Amino acid sequence: MDRKLIYVDHAATTYIKPEVLEAMKPYLTELYGNPSSIYYLGRESKKAIDEARSQIARCLGAQPQEIYFTGSGTEADNWAIKGAAYANRKKGRHIITSAIEHHAVLEPVEFLRREGFEVTYLPVDQNGFVNPADLEKAIRPDTILVSIMYANNEIGTIQPIKELAGIAKNKGVIFHTDAVQAMGNIRVNVMDLGVDLLSMSAHKFYGPKGVGCLYVRKGVQLEGFMHGGAQERKKRAGTENVSGIVGMAAALKLAYENIDRYNEHLRKLSSRLIDKVFERIPHVRLNGDRHKRLPGNVNFSFEFIEGESLLLMLDMKGVQASSGSACTSGSLDPSHVLLAIGLPHEIAHGSLRITFGEKNTEEDVDYIVDCLEEIVAKLRQMSPLYEDFVKRNKG
Amino acid sequence: MYSEKVMDHFMNPRNVGEIENADGVGQVGNMKCGDIMKVYLKIENNIITDAKFKTFGCGAAVATSSMATELIKGKTVEEAEKLTNKAVLEALDGLPPAKIHCSVLAEEAIAAAIKDYKMKQGIDVSDMQTCQGCCGKCGETRE
Repeated sequence: MDRKLIYVDHAATTYIKPEVLEAMKPYLTELYGNPSSIYYLGRESKKAIDEARSQIARCLGAQPQEIYFTGSGTEADNWAIKGAAYANRKKGRHIITSAIEHHAVLEPVEFLRREGFEVTYLPVDQNGFVNPADLEKAIRPDTILVSIMYANNEIGTIQPIKELAGIAKNKGVIFHTDAVQAMGNIRVNVMDLGVDLLSMSAHKFYGPKGVGCLYVRKGVQLEGFMHGGAQERKKRAGTENVSGIVGMAAALKLAYENIDRYNEHLRKLSSRLIDKVFERIPHVRLNGDRHKRLPGNVNFSFEFIEGESLLLMLDMKGVQASSGSACTSGSLDPSHVLLAIGLPHEIAHGSLRITFGEKNTEEDVDYIVDCLEEIVAKLRQMSPLYEDFVKRNKG
Repeated sequence: MYSEKVMDHFMNPRNVGEIENADGVGQVGNMKCGDIMKVYLKIENNIITDAKFKTFGCGAAVATSSMATELIKGKTVEEAEKLTNKAVLEALDGLPPAKIHCSVLAEEAIAAAIKDYKMKQGIDVSDMQTCQGCCGKCGETRE
């Protein structure tokens, strides 16, 4: 393909790094045994899973027996929420979450609400932060679970998870965090954070798709998710995705080894983009906090224009970006995250998310800024809202 | 997701702009549904001699505005009034189901501009029905 492609949607997914693919290959080809089988090929697969489990546990500061493999980040979130709710429903039926969670958390919570659980949605401030005092106030004697994401997928806001988890711990409530976006960008340590449950997904940090993981602190009561064979200590039945699990461990190890350099690289690109866009394009706002955000995440709202048009025109120029959460496209409502931080509908509709990765360069940033300047001007010339604005300012 | 025709009318929209002293102007849609269309008509001797638009919205909203204005240029007022969202859809080789409402909005924008023209001419418009703000949820093709 000759087409110029600039991929800046790493929050949606990433490619598999060559080293990760190399680690996976034997388990896709010659070492294909079922880990539950007792012969050589089975034992080799079992060994690979055990090693991957230990590797991931070392990265997270956890014990290997606290790591459970899943088929995705969404599955890990579903399991954490439904599993904790059902295992603890005799203690109470109240769940607390935030207004800006990913749908992988909001939907299982909504499912539980329909099943008779009660839910409190904590609001966020204009930069997307949950106020720890709000959590303190929301916890009731019958609260059994708090689920608050580590970093937001749309606006990159990083929550004070350690403080929030501490509040839940003091009141004896299980604390889950969806760390799907944080993992690979932040050095996550479950001991330091004090969380009970943590979800992650390999394909967000240069690992393969179709594999995730749930950390379950020893002693936390959790109902099993898949019923069947004895895999994952009878908690999650189904033949293990051996190559995927090996790939996730290899990717996480690489991410932890390079995290400081990676962060610096991403931060440099993000700052360059933010500075240049503010310098060259009027009527734009940055959504989320300027500093306490994922290093590679930039989320703009361009006034008077609509996000999908912007994405389509960027795509024609080879720039692969996103507007809000890709999962919600097809719905007419603007992002629930942007509405929760208080943006009016017209500004929420004009959002653009750019998430940088390893291979992006300063030249990419400059090219994107050139494209944005041209496209935003073109769409504004077409916009009745901009026309009204110009006329108002003349008068 | 979009047909080639939709992409062509989105990337190279026909009739973008406004008409000074237009004979009819109509605006439909609202911020909540995320689409706003404004149509300007120049009408001489009952013939639509020029049509322009400005649209805030997705690719489909821009493409339907472009196509709808193309379809009514040179037509009589009565012919333009008969423009349906179905005709716009067909001319664009279809739209994804979630975007059908954009074609309804285009039909309504034209109808609103014609209504404005008739009111300016002192013609009774009490029998004309125009939707004053697409909720964006109807999503139905109208015959």
